[in-house]
Amino acid sequence: MSYEPVLLARIDKPNSQRLEGYRQDGGYEAFARVLRELKPEEVVARVKESGLRGRGGAGFPTGVKWTFVPKGHPGPIYLAVNADESEPCTYNNRILMEKDPHQVLEGVLISSYAIQARVAYFYIRYEYGEAYRTLQAAIDELYQAGLLGRNILNSGFDLDVVLHRGAGAYICGEETGLIESLEGKRAWPRIKPPFPAVEGAFRKPTIVNNVETLACVTQILRRGVEWFRSLGVPPDPKNPRDLGSFGPKLYTLAGHVNEPKCVELPLGVTVRELVEKHGGGVWKGRKAKAVNPGGISMGFLRCDLPLKNAEGTEYDIPLDFNGPLRAGCLGLGTAAVTVIDDQTSMIDVVHNVCQFFSHESCGQCTPCREGTGWMLKIMERFRHGRGRREDLDILLDVAERIGIIPGTTICGLADGAGWPVKTAIRKFREEFEQAIRDATVSRYVRTLETVAAH
Amino acid sequence: MPVLTPELREQILAYVPRYPSKRAVTLPALHLVHDTLRTVSHEAIVEIAELLELQPAEVYDTMTFYEFFKGEGERLGQTRLWICRGLACMLRGAYELLEQAQQRLGIRCGQTTPDGKITLEFAECIGACDGAPACLRNDVHVMNLTPEKLDQLLTELRCL
Repeated sequence: MSYEPVLLARIDKPNSQRLEGYRQDGGYEAFARVLRELKPEEVVARVKESGLRGRGGAGFPTGVKWTFVPKGHPGPIYLAVNADESEPCTYNNRILMEKDPHQVLEGVLISSYAIQARVAYFYIRYEYGEAYRTLQAAIDELYQAGLLGRNILNSGFDLDVVLHRGAGAYICGEETGLIESLEGKRAWPRIKPPFPAVEGAFRKPTIVNNVETLACVTQILRRGVEWFRSLGVPPDPKNPRDLGSFGPKLYTLAGHVNEPKCVELPLGVTVRELVEKHGGGVWKGRKAKAVNPGGISMGFLRCDLPLKNAEGTEYDIPLDFNGPLRAGCLGLGTAAVTVIDDQTSMIDVVHNVCQFFSHESCGQCTPCREGTGWMLKIMERFRHGRGRREDLDILLDVAERIGIIPGTTICGLADGAGWPVKTAIRKFREEFEQAIRDATVSRYVRTLETVAAH
Repeated sequence: MPVLTPELREQILAYVPRYPSKRAVTLPALHLVHDTLRTVSHEAIVEIAELLELQPAEVYDTMTFYEFFKGEGERLGQTRLWICRGLACMLRGAYELLEQAQQRLGIRCGQTTPDGKITLEFAECIGACDGAPACLRNDVHVMNLTPEKLDQLLTELRCL
């Protein structure tokens, strides 16, 4: 059965960014209907019923998050759009913003109305220059059309959308890091509680939502809760805490696939189907050795490792909110799927990952600041053929101890730094041991020495 | 003589009504000054702080956190070229491109060519993985790089 894209339906149209075309395709009708017919709490109820879970990585139910804004709060209340998309190998927000900004902005308008925000801060990473300019043009069109500003469509609803550019820091994608950055401070995440919905930007209630989540809000209010719940994977009846994985998802394929691209499918496609069918298979006729199922923070799958209590291997897990957990990964994350072929050294891969987290640790919590640096130093030794047997246990020890889950850091960056290291070592231990025995030197060592001077 | 021109001051102050605190204008102000003057000198920090009713140390603290802005004694070249070294790009040849760029330009990442044309940087994942390996030309993605395309780009940027 083939699936007809909804979130990506307009991206190949000429001038897909323009308000006129968006309106011809029925754009902003859902927003107008919401203003006319629904109370804010009814919009919240619909999003809650839809089962929409945040697309930015944590998968928290969006409607439930919205209900955390204190009832009857006199305001101001803020919506903060998280467009800091910086999880390695993730780019679906970029495509939405560059190609169909009004679908995202309609979600911003509907969500702001639902939580009764009068200002939405749209925090976009600096590296997305084209998306920034496309969004600014789209916002300008909305003011001209009377869809932003005062008394929108004579409803009495006021809304301003302010674009705010980041400056190249991964930590700004963490919602309280984003808020601190927005306030003009260093982007150090806050201790929670209080959660942003209670005390967020400028010490006021703030809902932080991802770009793809907001595009889903548009489609839920346009097509209905039933449509949304007809896609994806219902909750596991044996697990009362499972919230299900409803709706469409934008999967981004990267790495050693023939066609690295963004694909929209109902939640729950298997890694194998995504790579082999939608990504055109592994490049150069090679085999997939490892796959990262949801941004590098989620850890690695080993493609030939049989699953426990199920048919198939880790390559066969479904990419819904539960699937990656069954293969020892942290979660679905951003659903960015990166393929690593059988000619690639896991030592080079893990080094790259450690390099990223060491560079991007914000430095606030000592276990993360030091731990990510230690892991990188150890991996640097490995690349030079000087890995030691005890290093593998030290890496596992550090990876297990840093993060929110072990309770040593304020935010989840360190969990994300630990997971790829520990999954790689546990699943590919013999490759690391072989490299220690053979004192294998990475093919990249020369390159990295020049770069490391920075 | 102030470092910030009247136009820059005006542009910075235009951001103030958008936020409930003047401090929130720190990043927009830093971007404006950095883009226009190609550096954020100590004097510029003092002047931004005055405009936003902050201590210079507060502006400095925010600015240095990002490791994005060139400070006193540093200067951006005409083009800032960021070569992505994220996992998706690394898997498709990014490290080789970084080495190539450093060799061709005779500088290391973080430095500017002596003619002031190109500031070379490495970037962590720039979200252009569908066109990996990729780079950013200032803030615009250039995708599907090859060694030949990179050479062409470097030649073009040196002739600008």
